[in-house]
Amino acid sequence: MTNKETAAELPLYEVFIRSKNGLHHKHVGSLHASDAEMAMTNARDVYTRRSEGVSIWVVQTSDIIASNPEDKGSFYDPNDDKTYRHPTFYNIPEEVGHM
Amino acid sequence: MDTNKSNVAENDPQFEAAFQKKIDAEIKIEPRDWMPAGYRKTLIRQMSQHAHSEIVGMLPEGNWLTRAPSLKRKAILMAKIQDEGGHGLYLYSATETLGISRDEMYDQLHTGKAKYSSIFNYPTLNWADMGAIGWLVDGAAITNQIALCRCSYGPYARAMVKICKEESFHQRQGYEIMMNMAQGTKEQREMAQDAINRWWWPSLMMFGPHDADSTRTTQSMTWKIKRTSNDELRQKFVDATVPQAHYLGLDVPDDKLAWNEEKKSYDWGEIDWDEFRNVVAGNGLCNRERLQTRRDAHDGGKWVRDAALAYAEKQKKRTAAKKAA
Ligand SMILES: [Fe+2]
Ligand SMILES: [Fe+2]
Repeated sequence: MTNKETAAELPLYEVFIRSKNGLHHKHVGSLHASDAEMAMTNARDVYTRRSEGVSIWVVQTSDIIASNPEDKGSFYDPNDDKTYRHPTFYNIPEEVGHM
Repeated sequence: MDTNKSNVAENDPQFEAAFQKKIDAEIKIEPRDWMPAGYRKTLIRQMSQHAHSEIVGMLPEGNWLTRAPSLKRKAILMAKIQDEGGHGLYLYSATETLGISRDEMYDQLHTGKAKYSSIFNYPTLNWADMGAIGWLVDGAAITNQIALCRCSYGPYARAMVKICKEESFHQRQGYEIMMNMAQGTKEQREMAQDAINRWWWPSLMMFGPHDADSTRTTQSMTWKIKRTSNDELRQKFVDATVPQAHYLGLDVPDDKLAWNEEKKSYDWGEIDWDEFRNVVAGNGLCNRERLQTRRDAHDGGKWVRDAALAYAEKQKKRTAAKKAA
């Protein structure tokens, strides 16, 4: 296959589906489509064949800005030096009851 | 979701050790995480083969769409085949997160560089084959895919969960066809028996070579790409399926098959590995036909893809012109 043909590959879209009202949209996968309309139609065809969703978002993959896992420095040591952000950091006497 | 690779070399020993620690701690690997070159390569090979199998798997069943015995059966078969196309998409989409393009994968399939499951190189000769395929071939695929739901690579594991949910209807509709035929006329029973005779052994081959001969198993198990070995999965399938065959009153074409009370599982004969290797090598009954059909479908659809792109381009320009005006 020549490079020219590879370049003609239809753009990639990411698909997000809200499975029912009250829940967030969730990433379910991706698909290739020539434009947003085709992406939406195809997403409905492939990702909601059994009423898996009530709402679909499609986003062109190249428009997504993603974080880099290494920037967090989390590869070697998890970032838990701010333990005061967690409820278990605080000692509340038992007499006080559930808090 | 996106395929940007890390800046760290793919063979950095410190990262490799940290990577294995993550795997051992059951932390999933996600697309942008650092991974060893071999892990990426193994996944691309396995996942793209899996995707190819889903779409080539549509072909033997497509053969019976126009010959289904009733409208109901035709609608069911159509829905199943459509699902398989969807499975192909989920898997291609998950594989693309590893940095290979869809076109590259298609190209590997169409040039014969990439393999797909050999089972689809067998012909579908009678209607009972639609029953046997759903029951046995999808049954074997499910056994394999349930184990893969716990794979260490996040996108693969998630695709498997989605696929497994859809698969169970495939196996049940197949078994129902077999039930109808096994309880039908003498001719129908014979067709059902003929179908199991032809599909039983190829279904067992779907699990791949014996563990002792499977060169990649050890590394794949360490990386938790694979969680259960070929032989274990195959035995699981035999133990689950033989009683189902007995219920149908059909014979399993294996004269060594016997219940082993001690092991609480079945002893059985040996796969014809020469046949297996021969079909993998491209000499099965339908290898050439399947590949040609795939190539024709892809080439035949080119004008549609081109037209859709040209239309999108035109719309974009029109919108831009309207905004400017
Ligand atoms: Fe499938
Ligand atoms: Fe299936």
